[in-house]
Amino acid sequence: MKYSSSMMRMWSRLGPSGSLGAAAMEIGTVDEKAVFLTADMTFASGLERFKNSYPDRVIDLGIAEQNLVDFAAGMASEGFNPFAVTYASFLATRALDQVKMCLGYMKQPVKLIGINGGFAAGILGPTHMAIEDIAAIRSIPNITIVAPADMTELVKSVMAAVSFDGSMYIRFTGEMNQPSVYADDYEFQIGKAVRLAEGEDIAIIGCGTLVYNCCRAAELLKEKGINCSVINMHTIKPLDTDAIDSVLNSKLIVTVEEHSVMGGLGGAVSEYLSSIASSPALLKIGVDDYYPHAGSYSYLLKENGLDPEGIANSISERWGIL
Amino acid sequence: MDIQAIAKEIRKDVIRMTYAAGAQGAHIGGSLSMCEIMAVLYHEVMRIDANDPLNDDRDRFILSKGHGAIAMFAALKSIGLITDEELMSYKHDGSIITAHPTYMPDKGMEFASGSLGQGLSIGAGVAMALKMKNKSPQVYVLVGDGECDEGSIWEAAASAAHLGLDNLVCIVDKNRLQYDGPTDEVMNMGSLKDKFIAFGWDAYDVDGHDCKALTDVFKTAHDKPLAVICETVKGKGVSFIEGNYRWHNASLNEEQFNQAMAEQEA
Repeated sequence: MKYSSSMMRMWSRLGPSGSLGAAAMEIGTVDEKAVFLTADMTFASGLERFKNSYPDRVIDLGIAEQNLVDFAAGMASEGFNPFAVTYASFLATRALDQVKMCLGYMKQPVKLIGINGGFAAGILGPTHMAIEDIAAIRSIPNITIVAPADMTELVKSVMAAVSFDGSMYIRFTGEMNQPSVYADDYEFQIGKAVRLAEGEDIAIIGCGTLVYNCCRAAELLKEKGINCSVINMHTIKPLDTDAIDSVLNSKLIVTVEEHSVMGGLGGAVSEYLSSIASSPALLKIGVDDYYPHAGSYSYLLKENGLDPEGIANSISERWGIL
Repeated sequence: MDIQAIAKEIRKDVIRMTYAAGAQGAHIGGSLSMCEIMAVLYHEVMRIDANDPLNDDRDRFILSKGHGAIAMFAALKSIGLITDEELMSYKHDGSIITAHPTYMPDKGMEFASGSLGQGLSIGAGVAMALKMKNKSPQVYVLVGDGECDEGSIWEAAASAAHLGLDNLVCIVDKNRLQYDGPTDEVMNMGSLKDKFIAFGWDAYDVDGHDCKALTDVFKTAHDKPLAVICETVKGKGVSFIEGNYRWHNASLNEEQFNQAMAEQEA
């Protein structure tokens, strides 16, 4: 796969589904055992072009997510490399027992791709929001969880999944014309966080496409004289604890996620920090324990304090009472 | 050994395992109902080699009604994949012979089960994969009639017909009892045969304790996925267990054990 800046700009314009579609075309050539399974989401997942090129390697199971996950596991057991793609919400909660049985317990190497994670389809209401998916899947052993920060990282994580020997859940957020965190190619490695900014006062640890907002928030805080480092914790499980260790000298650690503040990235980081004797204070920014009313993506992010200004304000407020 | 005799040996092992489990008991009722099905599959129908249990050309058996585990374990013993010593370690701490099968393909346990309603979907995925690999094995999935309450069974049924999985066989152990009582009273599903046919399958009713009839129906040519609805008796072969839903999961005392074993020789 070529990661030229023009390709990266194109993926950014296309958004998550278009970028998955582009990655799928590459996967089609590099792994003949790769198949895409979906629950009436071939079009919404950007897989039409792949289907046209490889009609036998897209299996649409209709609106039946439980069957989707188990069927994929059956194919994985026979040596195929199945990607099961549908809404994050329906993969992680509707089919959770199937995920537990087949990916967790039996370790079938299925690659789950949850489209429209977080508030990406928030206009459709809480049924289509996924703000508990990371918590649900994180509680199940043997599943690696990745939330890419931009469309380049989305492509990289999907490509990494092709050769990954194990079960995975890749959670897409973001939209068309999604801003890029990375202007140039970089090294992506599952389980290895990426340091994006340096600052000794505060460490902001983000995941998913909110990492961009974390970077903007750090710039806003810098204008106020507050220096923040920013870490892209694209892999939430296994958590890169070395990356957290590297910021233990900060006075405050902040987690930012498009997810409930319970059990997701913030939960994972707080679990780790609780094992450290003199850990810095922790501020978890995310969705409070409630279901937001349906709304547009930008509206929901702002309402939940997840836009750059909202993040900067929350951090600034906490910083003021440290 | 003729097939009926093999079924009897499986039934005796089910009784022995239940007794060996002591006060913990076992899912004896639904295991006794499937002894002939197991004997026929493992000794008349399936291609499976105990010396090469992972051979890609083997037929696949998936026990979806995980509580029927002891009958499957007894069948795996009958082909030499597990030992009698392993069998008698049933439910002992640290044993591989557990209340519900774990994932241990090299021991013939193709998939774990215990969470009902999943085996047919997994089997459909396996059947699809075999077709894509141009492999000829059949995939046999054994479900319970109570298990057919699970909606996911019907998601799988729809997809198997839609995808033309003529290498998939769903065997229903229709013993007419589930945990809370008769299936017709707990959740009346009507005719399972008619349901499978409506979903686009070939389907047959058969006497699930008639080895010859079972063999014939499993070997019936089919160009659609095949459902075999086996009319069985829960607790079959042990007079005081037959047809009594209280024996879904229960233990045997010494007297009951002796009587149950004696009835096998009658």
